[in-house]
Formats: sequence, structure tokens, C-alpha cells
Amino acid sequence: MKKFFYEVGSTTLFFTDSVRLMFAKPSRMPDMIRHMKFIGNDSVIIICLTGVFTGLAMSYQIYIGFNLVNATNLVGPTVALGIFKELAPVLTGLIVAARAGGAMAAQIGTMRVSEQIDALEVMGVNPIQYLSSPRVLAAVLTLPLLCGIFDIVAIQASELLCVNLLDLDKAIFWNKIELWIRPRDVMEGLIKAAVFGLTFATVCCKTGFYTKGGAKGVGDTTNKGVVYSMVLIIVLNLLVSNLIRLYFSLVESF
Amino acid sequence: MEMAVEIQDLKKSFDGGKSFVLNGIDLVIPADKITMLIGFSGTGKSVLMKHILGLMKPTSGNIKVFGKNLSQRSEQELIALRCQMGVLFQHAALFDDMSVIENVLFPLSEHRRDLSKARRLEIARHKLKVTGMDREHDQKLPAEISGGMQKRVGLARALALDPKILLYDEPTTGLDPILTEMVDNLILDTHKLHKGATSLVISHDLMAAFRLGDYIVMLDKGKVLLRGTKEEFLNTDNEFIRKFIDKGIRRS
Ligand SMILES: Nc1ncnc2c1ncn2[C@@H]1O[C@H](COP(=O)(O)OP(=O)(O)OP(=O)(O)O)[C@@H](O)[C@H]1O
Ligand SMILES: [Mg+2]
Repeated sequence: MKKFFYEVGSTTLFFTDSVRLMFAKPSRMPDMIRHMKFIGNDSVIIICLTGVFTGLAMSYQIYIGFNLVNATNLVGPTVALGIFKELAPVLTGLIVAARAGGAMAAQIGTMRVSEQIDALEVMGVNPIQYLSSPRVLAAVLTLPLLCGIFDIVAIQASELLCVNLLDLDKAIFWNKIELWIRPRDVMEGLIKAAVFGLTFATVCCKTGFYTKGGAKGVGDTTNKGVVYSMVLIIVLNLLVSNLIRLYFSLVESF
Repeated sequence: MEMAVEIQDLKKSFDGGKSFVLNGIDLVIPADKITMLIGFSGTGKSVLMKHILGLMKPTSGNIKVFGKNLSQRSEQELIALRCQMGVLFQHAALFDDMSVIENVLFPLSEHRRDLSKARRLEIARHKLKVTGMDREHDQKLPAEISGGMQKRVGLARALALDPKILLYDEPTTGLDPILTEMVDNLILDTHKLHKGATSLVISHDLMAAFRLGDYIVMLDKGKVLLRGTKEEFLNTDNEFIRKFIDKGIRRS
């Protein structure tokens, strides 16, 4: 229990440092763009693949259910809501956390055990500003983009299935989506994706940063970073959804 | 004599006071001289070095570098101070995602943005030449060059900002006798070349200590056993040091 609070505390400190130093001199823009490419560009294919199959599977399940009550017109919006608000951000977060987060923890961990982080510090470079800040910022900026790609690909796949195989009307499919989905539903998903990016980048950089002891230490760190990130993403999902909903309802009531 | 580093009653414990890795170190490191720090493996030599660099905080005690306490320096001052210290780590610690030349350029592009790119490249190239690295290796990654070369690149990187204090953590451990002699000579040459520079060399090779050091410091069980010149070491009646010397002489 004590250890849990210690972890939370030290991660929070690490996070505030990363954010505080995000725009400190000297600028880490080129590094950040490199990380964005690694987190974003290199994940596009796997995100598209997941998007297509999630869209297909979900449409089919919902079609079967709605067919029983003759409400197949609403398959479109139901699928869209589920994907935009929940599946796209969570799956994007989980996939990228495993892919890029694991790599971050392993790389920073290796730098720690081979004294490269000490070398950075000795050269008068703040290692958090150099290693963590650009990664966290890159993840925050990139995840909403990936989530958007997931949204588009999944809904296109859903349309393909519904119109071509399940004989729904294309115009009705899109019309109902337009009718039922508000921009804020899409926004909610994108904001959540950004939060998840922040979460996994911070957690993985932090565990990597405090790695102890050789190659085994790096292995443990990578494992720990990825597992913590995934659990946190799933737990935070519920929390953040409700916070966003609360925010929107407050804004609307004024 | 001017002192570059003064350490008073330095203690360090990693387990909250149960055992002490450094147990009351009192030590001065004179400016402009080569000081050799010797001792068996695990006696806390690397830990002592990290304290001088401010990478580790002492459990108790004081460390003065250039006359001012490390704990009294602000973050900014500490960074400025570190730019005057060059370190060759035990395993070179080159950045493994950067090429040889980028490694040497790194401290320059961090702290000497006032210089033009071409000038920085020129300096980096010069440092590599001084440490004996050929131009053909410039674009290779650290993983693609030998251990001895990595040490040379590490030294070139340490020299990039023309430091006033040079620290070497076991520069020759794991090298063959020829390379060992080469690195030893490199340390001597570097010391002569950088006028006014203070060198601290960690080693467990006694012969090298006698050959290179103006002063020798022997560390054992977290304490300074003896600090003195080569003659003082040869004439000591301390049982432990006699054994260490005899072993060293018999081996070579
Ligand atoms: N970060 C750390 N956390 C806990 N213990 C440490 C840490 N760094 C060093 N130690 C302990 O301090 C002791 C001295 O380590 P140090 O690396 O200074 O030895 P050394 O004299 O440099 O040995 P070697 O010649 O093998 O390099 C060791 O027992 C080590 O376990
Ligand atoms: Mg050591």
C-alpha cells in the first residue's frame, strides 16, 4: 500500500517535471517530431487494421440484435457511438501503449543502466527535458490523430458491411448517423485518446527512467511500464468519460 | 596549492543508514595535477565520483568544487559547473542512437549554440583526431566500433567543452595491454595538452597509478586509507597497502 502511494507520487512528480520542461530551452522540436513519427506514422497500419475489423465485428453483432426488434435503421448510429466514444480511443491507447510505450521504457531503461542518463546529466542536460518531455508531448498530439483514423476506417468498414452484405440503405445509414451523433461525441473520443497518450508516455518514461540493474532490469521495466499503462488506460477510461460528460453538461446549462 | 575538489566527512548509504558505502571520506584533489583513485572492486570509487559530479546526493558531509559547496549551488550553477567537467564513464556510455561524430557534437550543440555549425563540426573533428579516431569511423554507430574505440570517442566527447576537471572511471579495465598503455598515454597527453586541467583517474591497476599519478588515493571500506605520492606509498608500513602493492608488483 505504501509502495502504491509512493509510485503514484513519484509518477505525478515526474509528470509535472515533464510538462514544466516541455517548452524550456533548448527546444526539443526535432526530437519531438521524430517521436511523433515513431508513435504515429509507424502505428497507422496496425490502427487501420484494428479499425476495420472492429467496425465489421461490431456492426454485425449490433445488426443481429437490432434485427430482432426491427430497428436496423439504427445500426449506423449505434456502431458510430460505440466506436467514437469508447472503442476507438481505448483500443488506440492500448495498442500504441504496447507498441510505442514498451519501446520507450526499454530505450530509456537501457540508457539508464548503461550510464547514458548519467552522461546526459554530466553534460548539463536535464534528462527529463531531453528524454521524457518530447515523448509525452508527441504522444498527446499523436493519439487523437490515430484515434481519428480509427474512427474513419471503422465507420467506413461498417458501412461496407451494412450496405453491401446486410442490405441496409446507404442513405439511411448516413442520415441516421448525422441525426444522432453530435460533434461532442467525436470530441469526447479524441480528448480521451489524448489523455491516454499522456498516461502511457508518462508511465513508460518514468518506469524506464528509474530502471535498476542490467538487462534483467530493462526487461522488468518494459513489462511493468506496459502493464501499468494498459491498466491505467482502462480504469481512466471510465473516469475521463464521466468528467467530459460533466463538463459538457455544465457548459450546456449556462 | 590550489584545490579543485575538497571533500569533508562524506557519508553515503543506499539503505537508509544500515550500511555505508562511503563512510566518512576526507579528501582533497589538487588543481592542475593527476590524482589516482585506487581500491578493490566495490569499495565505492564510482559512487565517490558521482558525488563529485553532483549526480548523487550525500547522506551527510560536504563536497566543495572550485571552493563552493555543491549543495549551495543553484540548478543553473550546477549546469554551468558540469560544463567544466568532462567524464569518461566505465563503459564509455556513448549514446547508442547517435553516430560517433554526433556523440562528440552533442555537448557542443547543447552548450555552444553561439558557434556556427561548421565551427562545431570542426571542433568535434579535432577532438576525435586528438584521441586517435580516424575520419572513416565518423558515421558509424557505437555498436559498430570496438571497445577501445568507444573509450576514445567517450574521451573525445568528454573533452568537447574543454573541461577544467577530467574524470576517468576505470578507463583501461577490460582492455588488452597494448590498448591499456595507449589509453594511459592518452590520459597523460590529454593532461599535458589541457593546461591547468585537473584529472581524477579511477583504477585498480597499481602500476598505472604509480606511472600516471602525481598523487595516489587508496580507498577501502568506504574510507581513505592513504593519500600521498608514489614514494609515500612505497614506504608505508600499512599492512593492507603493502599487500596491495606486493600483489601489483608480482602481477607485472
Ligand atoms: N545506485 C545504487 N544503489 C544502491 N547501491 C549502490 C548504487 N550504486 C552503487 N551501489 C553500491 O555501492 C558499492 C560500491 O559501488 P561502486 O560502483 O562505487 O564500486 P567501485 O569501487 O566503482 O567498483 P568497480 O571497481 O567494480 O567499478 C557497491 O556495493 C554497490 O552495490
Ligand atoms: Mg566503478
